[in-house]
Amino acid sequence: MAKTIKEINEKIKEGRAVIVTAAEIIEIARQDGVKKAAEKVDVVTTGTFGPMCSSGAFFNIGHSKPRIKLGGGRAYLNDVPAYAAFAAADLFIGANALPDDDPRNRNYPGDFNYGGGHVIEDLVAGRDVRLAATAYGTDCYPRKKLETWINIKDLNNATLFNLRNAYQNYNVAVNLSDRTIYTYMGVLQPRLGSAGYSSAGQLSPLFKDPYYKTIGIGTRIFLGGGIGYVAFPGTQFDPTGPRSENGTPRSGAATLCVIGDLTKMSPRYLVGTSMLGYGASLTVGIGIPIPILNEEILKYTAITDAQIFAPVIDYSGAYPNREPEILGEVSYAELRSGKIKVRGKSVPTAALSSYPRALEIAFTLKEWIKNGQFLLTEPVAPLPGPQSGVSFKPLTERPF
Amino acid sequence: MPDKEKVTKKNIAKRVVLHFPKRMVDEPILYRLIKDYDLQFNILKASITPEAEGLMVVELKGSRNNLDQGLKYLIDTGLKVQPLSHDVTRNEERCTSCGACITVCPAGAFSLEPGSLIVRFSDSKCVACGLCIKACPPRAMELHF
Repeated sequence: MAKTIKEINEKIKEGRAVIVTAAEIIEIARQDGVKKAAEKVDVVTTGTFGPMCSSGAFFNIGHSKPRIKLGGGRAYLNDVPAYAAFAAADLFIGANALPDDDPRNRNYPGDFNYGGGHVIEDLVAGRDVRLAATAYGTDCYPRKKLETWINIKDLNNATLFNLRNAYQNYNVAVNLSDRTIYTYMGVLQPRLGSAGYSSAGQLSPLFKDPYYKTIGIGTRIFLGGGIGYVAFPGTQFDPTGPRSENGTPRSGAATLCVIGDLTKMSPRYLVGTSMLGYGASLTVGIGIPIPILNEEILKYTAITDAQIFAPVIDYSGAYPNREPEILGEVSYAELRSGKIKVRGKSVPTAALSSYPRALEIAFTLKEWIKNGQFLLTEPVAPLPGPQSGVSFKPLTERPF
Repeated sequence: MPDKEKVTKKNIAKRVVLHFPKRMVDEPILYRLIKDYDLQFNILKASITPEAEGLMVVELKGSRNNLDQGLKYLIDTGLKVQPLSHDVTRNEERCTSCGACITVCPAGAFSLEPGSLIVRFSDSKCVACGLCIKACPPRAMELHF
């Protein structure tokens, strides 16, 4: 029995929609079977919470008196450089931006205690942030220098706009070398001493809709504790990689470009993050509702950690040199057990994404929908599927 | 990192964390410390299993010169020697329960609660080596002197 998003929204408004989390649907499908579960359940809520480096925020700070044109000048928020290359009062800050005087990895491994992600968290938390800007001055924008505290509540606009979030799947990182290495997948102990991974697995939005049959451009989502939208396929979107029989990809695959009103978000779901020896970032919480339109979609939402696989890659050799070698594949159930087997060795695992916080997001989104404060949306356009011809190109250098 | 140093008459005491690489677990290192450097030691915590990296928290006591020479000997043998800080605590507001700390901690003080996968921090297992402080992405672990 197929349902439409419109029908599901009607049920939500009437308070009779059945909404469950991506964790709960697994048990329901196991007990009732796919057919019965698809009839019973209307929406499955997913969640993910992990460092997502290609995140950033746009601000419009309002016009000073006299006016200053930030575009073409320089601007800093708490000493972290912001991108000042738009009109007079617009700025952008990326999660990985660092203060000019940060020692970076000169003092190896660098601490990266404060960067763009932390600025975004400070603003979301309602803390005052120092804006320092210089400009070249024009007849209509005469001012050359601006130094002021700003607060998110006074800004005209604050918009989170993340180019690449919610990776459908991700590598498991290990270290075959003889020394500790410091990566965006965490601190990796030498000689296969540890494995880093980052995915909400069976809770993660794109694992539960592996062929993007419901999630598309325009889909309304939980973003950073507020409401956001899927704006576009994320950068490096690659639907072409190998897949399991259940449809889930066995490598990175799809990503999402997302947008939302930062002023309505919460520092619980946007956390400034420091990766030792790597850089500053932002940990982002995303939750996406999946309308159960038919049995096929329900079947995807009931996929478990034991049925999802990730490639194990050496971050001391193959990864930095962009070699394709993988050391094997492991399931998320194995990863969450705390130990995986790589080359016959038992390797302890550590996650960078938080399963409990992902579950909290799925649960929060479920409550929002239950209360009627969040309705589902029809995608405006689909995300590119495996047959779309979209793929992920490496950089082929052409020296000049 | 400031070391915990206590001056008792002419002898001074110093608490350090020793990391034994696998190949050195069988070496008579502590015996040499007593015999060649005239140091007293107190083992505060130890976890050494054959075929795995060993970890020991010791208090070394002796004259300043012997202590310096003894520590130099330890470092020269290939042991990793870290001063023992006082106390490590977790800022519960800041912790997101990701688990990046689990494989960084040499003492096994972090564990995943079965089922919920919430990351637990065991105060009693912590040897205050401080390795988790900077390895924690949201910087939830705090060092107190």
